[in-house]
Amino acid sequence: MANESLAPTRGAVPGASNGAQSPFISVDSVWKVFGKNPERVLEPLYAEMDKSFIQSELGNVIGLQDVSFSVEQGETFVIMGLSGSGKSTMVRCLIRLIEPTAGSIVIDGDDITAMSDKDLIEFRRSKIAMVFQHYGLMPHRSVIDNASWGLEVQGVDQATRYERTREILDLVGLTGWEDAYPRQLSGGMQQRVGLARALAVDTGVLLMDEPFSGLDPLIRRQMQDELVRLQDELHKTIVFITHDLNEALKLGDRIAIMHDGKVAQIGSPEDIVLRPEDSYVGDFTQDVRIESILTARKVMVPPMVTFPGHLNPRAALDAFGRANRFLGWVVDEVGRYIGALSHSAAERASRSGAARLDQVQECLDQEYPVLTPATNFDEIIPVAMGVDHALPVVDDDRLLVGEVHRTDVAEALAIASASSPDYEANAAENAAQDTDKS
Amino acid sequence: MATITSDQPDPQTSSSQTDTEITPQQQPIYRRSLPVIYRWAIALATTLVVLLICVIVWEPNMDFPSEVSQQQDDGSTKQVEIGRLIASEIKTATTWLVRNWGGMFDGIDYLITYAMVWIEDGLRWIPWPATFVAVGALSLILGTWRLSLFSLVSLVFIGVMNRWDSAVETIAIILFSVSVSILIALPLGIIGAKSNRFDAFMRPVLDGMQTMPSYVYLVPGILFFGLGYTPAVIATVIYAVPPAIRLTNLGIRQVSAETVEAARSFGTSPAQLLTKVQMPMAMPTIMAGINQTTMLALSMVVIASLVGASGLGEDVFRALQQQDPGNSVIAGMSIVLIAIVIDRLTQAAARRRQEILSDN
Repeated sequence: MANESLAPTRGAVPGASNGAQSPFISVDSVWKVFGKNPERVLEPLYAEMDKSFIQSELGNVIGLQDVSFSVEQGETFVIMGLSGSGKSTMVRCLIRLIEPTAGSIVIDGDDITAMSDKDLIEFRRSKIAMVFQHYGLMPHRSVIDNASWGLEVQGVDQATRYERTREILDLVGLTGWEDAYPRQLSGGMQQRVGLARALAVDTGVLLMDEPFSGLDPLIRRQMQDELVRLQDELHKTIVFITHDLNEALKLGDRIAIMHDGKVAQIGSPEDIVLRPEDSYVGDFTQDVRIESILTARKVMVPPMVTFPGHLNPRAALDAFGRANRFLGWVVDEVGRYIGALSHSAAERASRSGAARLDQVQECLDQEYPVLTPATNFDEIIPVAMGVDHALPVVDDDRLLVGEVHRTDVAEALAIASASSPDYEANAAENAAQDTDKS
Repeated sequence: MATITSDQPDPQTSSSQTDTEITPQQQPIYRRSLPVIYRWAIALATTLVVLLICVIVWEPNMDFPSEVSQQQDDGSTKQVEIGRLIASEIKTATTWLVRNWGGMFDGIDYLITYAMVWIEDGLRWIPWPATFVAVGALSLILGTWRLSLFSLVSLVFIGVMNRWDSAVETIAIILFSVSVSILIALPLGIIGAKSNRFDAFMRPVLDGMQTMPSYVYLVPGILFFGLGYTPAVIATVIYAVPPAIRLTNLGIRQVSAETVEAARSFGTSPAQLLTKVQMPMAMPTIMAGINQTTMLALSMVVIASLVGASGLGEDVFRALQQQDPGNSVIAGMSIVLIAIVIDRLTQAAARRRQEILSDN
């Protein structure tokens, strides 16, 4: 069995090998064997044997087989796999709702596997919160009592926990439903309660086990968008389980694809789609549209022509001439984007005798389309077709970070579409990129 | 652990994903054994063969060998029945217990009698109009006006038929027996829900308590405690407690595994889990168990009267002795009416609880 090649441990390795600060969540060679005497399956005798053979000979089902990965603080890490792949078992091992058979799990410096029952309860109370596919709400408790459950078991008094929970219910859009009972809510709203319950305890780590799988597609998309919005605000470390590749690609900073209890590949959405490392991942991702994966970040280049807002229009014209361009970006003192400036607008402004660019409305074209680094090609392509020049890329703080050229977009698409199904080469390239990053 | 998640690697599905071809080991067991029809045929044939041999070699009406030979003091041997031997041992043990542990039994007897007299006096002290108002209001709050009307008509019947005092005595013994049953049932049910081993041990014990004829434990009851309330209460509890234990156990086991898992993930301690999640969610089932326990306790009142418990049961028993069908029917009807009222009241209470938990 090609054990080693299929279960890459590189997810856990970079932090350790570099001697840099260790990752926030670090899972190292975790095994879960169901059935009697699970330890015997780990003996060298069985190492080379097939999973189904072990199952029929010993009666042990292998749920997780040498799973390793690491998650950085503030990252959304998605574990994706079909049912039976071990993804739900893995996330339960993280808080020992299921006891791992072997391996080590360290979260925020605490070794989970070595904890006593008492420490484990304390850890679950303070460090981690979980959202479940089937909500797991208590039918005999109202929405606010459900959402404040985590605080209640911590021993927080009622007034304090209601106050805190009301804020969170407001955050997830459940204001006015505090006194309702779960049975009175739709599935989407019940899951909002589940989410509120997890957010109310204010832990650093959020585990989400297929939280949106039970919801209908429209609500699911709405909840995904909401999670993205919340995550922008809260910056939690999220481990998100899903069987839906699109959901994984949409939410994940990095994705681990699990298959048959093993990790098939770990990487960014782009790695997974463009450079699958084995045929399983390749088959999985072949239908994914490349346009939805590639983003402006991939093709953006440093802005070529930028003008400080206080610049004289005449000087701007000179700059246009030197750069041989007809469009540039006007920024303020700290580099924030304030508008697009066309050559003709600069010409008119200089003729009218204006002293500064930012005093002329026409020189700060607000209509010109603007991208963010995360804008994907699906959105870029129609916009790029509609304009003759490059497009500015602006980050969350309105800082101008680059520009995107139509030709680069086309080229990136062509390269990605032609990407070879050479899994070994893909693996090598992914590994090389990882070393570059770290 | 296997029931915790819906997404466990189920042996059948996970293996069928890896290889579609089913190996013999993965087939269900019955496919590998003999066809059912052959098994029946073999069983029938074996029985016939044994029957034939016995009839031919010995004779049709065979005696079961129930005697053993025992060495006598004088060296001779004598045939002794095994059953009689064991029965006499049990009798000896009972006598020994009465002789040596009499103090303890007297103490228990004193406690139970004292509590019973106290409850009875308390109930008797309540003036009947107050009882009417209380029962009427309670059934109106928990149930409907129809239940309220029925309860009041039942009380009027009991009063008019001059059974009020008997009814109060009966209610007192029911109240006490059911309270004791609940005190026993809740902890045993909870332990049974947490431990499969304890559950496996309790199951045959409970079966025995429910099927063992009451007379069997009435006799040692009288030997230990004498006639009176105590053997009546103990017999009633033995007969009535099993459903409360079973349904407490069942109710806790039925609490959705997902809810329990979610609660545990937030650092809920085992005690918090029991008191704040499992017990509240199991409450309708537990109340159904208490309802059944109450009904069984009521069905024991006549037998309890055999060992000295007064009340409606005693009225029925006396009418039986005097061959007086009229009084027997009136006392019997009173028991039935009390049973129906208590049953409807507790069910209505359980239903209100169930409504909160339903649809989930």
